[in-house]
Amino acid sequence: MAGNSAPIAAIELVGVSKSFGAVTAVQNLDLVINDGEFFSMLGPSGSGKTTVLRIIAGFEPATSGTVLLAGQDVTSKAPFDRDVNTVFQDYALFPHMTVLENVAYGLRVRGIGKSERNLQALEALRMVRLEGFEDRKPSELSGGQRQRVALARAVVVKPKVLLLDEPLGALDLKLREQMQIELKELQRKLGITFIFVTHDQEEALTLSDRVAVFNQGRIEQIGTPRQLYERPESEFVARFVGTSNIFSESEAASLLAQPEACSVRPEKIEMRPSSQSQKDASVLPGKIIESIYIGSATRLIIEIDGGKKISVLRQASAGSETNFDRGQQVFIEIRNADLVPIKK
Amino acid sequence: MDKYSALPKQGVETPALARRISTLLYSKVKLRLTLLLAAPLTWLVLVYIAALLALLVTALYSVDSYTSQIQTQLTFKNVLKVLTGQVYQTVALRTLGIALLVTIVDTLIALPIAFYMAKIASPRLQRLLVIAVLMPLWASYLVKAYAWRSVLSNEGIMQWLLRPLGLDTPGYGITATIITLGYLWLPYVILPIYAGLERVPNSLLEASGDLGAKTSTTLRLVMLPMLVPAIIAGSIFSFSLTMGDYITVNIVGGANQMLGNLVATNVGNNLPLAAAIALIPVLIMFGYLTAVRKTGALENL
Repeated sequence: MAGNSAPIAAIELVGVSKSFGAVTAVQNLDLVINDGEFFSMLGPSGSGKTTVLRIIAGFEPATSGTVLLAGQDVTSKAPFDRDVNTVFQDYALFPHMTVLENVAYGLRVRGIGKSERNLQALEALRMVRLEGFEDRKPSELSGGQRQRVALARAVVVKPKVLLLDEPLGALDLKLREQMQIELKELQRKLGITFIFVTHDQEEALTLSDRVAVFNQGRIEQIGTPRQLYERPESEFVARFVGTSNIFSESEAASLLAQPEACSVRPEKIEMRPSSQSQKDASVLPGKIIESIYIGSATRLIIEIDGGKKISVLRQASAGSETNFDRGQQVFIEIRNADLVPIKK
Repeated sequence: MDKYSALPKQGVETPALARRISTLLYSKVKLRLTLLLAAPLTWLVLVYIAALLALLVTALYSVDSYTSQIQTQLTFKNVLKVLTGQVYQTVALRTLGIALLVTIVDTLIALPIAFYMAKIASPRLQRLLVIAVLMPLWASYLVKAYAWRSVLSNEGIMQWLLRPLGLDTPGYGITATIITLGYLWLPYVILPIYAGLERVPNSLLEASGDLGAKTSTTLRLVMLPMLVPAIIAGSIFSFSLTMGDYITVNIVGGANQMLGNLVATNVGNNLPLAAAIALIPVLIMFGYLTAVRKTGALENL
């Protein structure tokens, strides 16, 4: 059938810009977020990702552009008229209310009776595994527990889209990993769109269906975690998402016989015992100047002839392990297929 | 040669006594604290607590009606007179009423001003507004009271402003007293509320709106409950300052008297009676402070 209609996007931003005085936080942004997807906005601080989230939530008016929510223009609507809910970075729990009152707040302001809203709030607390905490004050909870209350409070009103502003930023590593798994489970269970803001590229790759990488108020690249990692389109993405070796146009020409600038991941580079040249690959001689043992792997910094430093990741594998020491002369092999051209 | 000999000898030349005292103070926490607080505590006990006790004791003295000498036999005559006398009850109630009204008016004016300062104004404007609020405190109390006297007079600015609207200046009386006292104490009410608002994170207000609350609902369910301690803190100022005032009412109050006036007129000829009258605002304030202690407002001062 010709002209099969695309499903209505959960969120659509058309030409959205935002300036604070002379500072442009977001520049002419177009973005489509599909219904039911776990979408991450990844970028360093000041890259505009949080501003975009706040524009979607309605806390900041866009300087120009249109915000569509499920196909409807909400650009000039107040936060309380938008069917999205936010989990704040600092959780923003009401300190003078109990956990149950916090979770029931959204239902209360919608005029739902006390017994009915408490029932739903308890159900939401059960979902985030916080039953038994309903009578406590937020100040009596740990960081992870507050996080769960904030989640329960946001999902109890059944929004179409849940916005999460660096929600795991304040948690320690173990708790963060556990909450990542719970977030993913929660999203599957609810089936609603999650928009997740983070500066942690590993978190974005782990959780998301798609990721938008932000830099200086623009989106550098949008793609699945695999696309971003395997085919970074710009130097910024190659460097920000994981680690990359970047070859400028002249370096690519002289060292790799390539016509344009490109990047290669450290784990894609092989160590070779000799300079014997391989088909569709470049073999470069060099010297190990740093060897960092990181448990499951060893990170080597190799200075190739001409002075360029290359990062190589050697995975530990079953069986015998070759030792690489500082000062050792080695050869590295970079296959042409592993080179990713950088579009400027 | 010792390679350090070129450096100045640090520490070695410190007089041994000073070093010994430092060491002693460093190790003896209680001694340190005693020395630190001795002077201010003495002052506080002498000036504040002793004066309050003297007031209490004086209220139990009496005055010989023939010789006008103070008699130091303890009696409850004056206290009973103040508690049961029609005049004292009327003036006490009037003073309480004025204090309550001044507090209510000040709080109602301070809330939007403090809200604008803390949540809407840019950081630069915010600093300017804080200065603007504090500025009137630099001017003399008397000057400000007399300024209001001229503003409220029959040929004053108030009259000139209100006449086109078909209204008159309230003239001198209780209304004028409330207006003037409300003006005088307003900075003391704005500042605690402003400080309290500063401590409410913006994200709480955003979260409330995000969860579907209209702005008025957010103010009622989130803002106001969190501001109660700050409002009470401000009210302690306006309330207690009004309870003790007698100059403003003299200047703009017409024939009306407040408790302070009764104290002032009796100080000369019947000090025990004046002391007994002065106990009324002390007791009212004591009751008020005890009542609000539980709300945590005193931590907001």
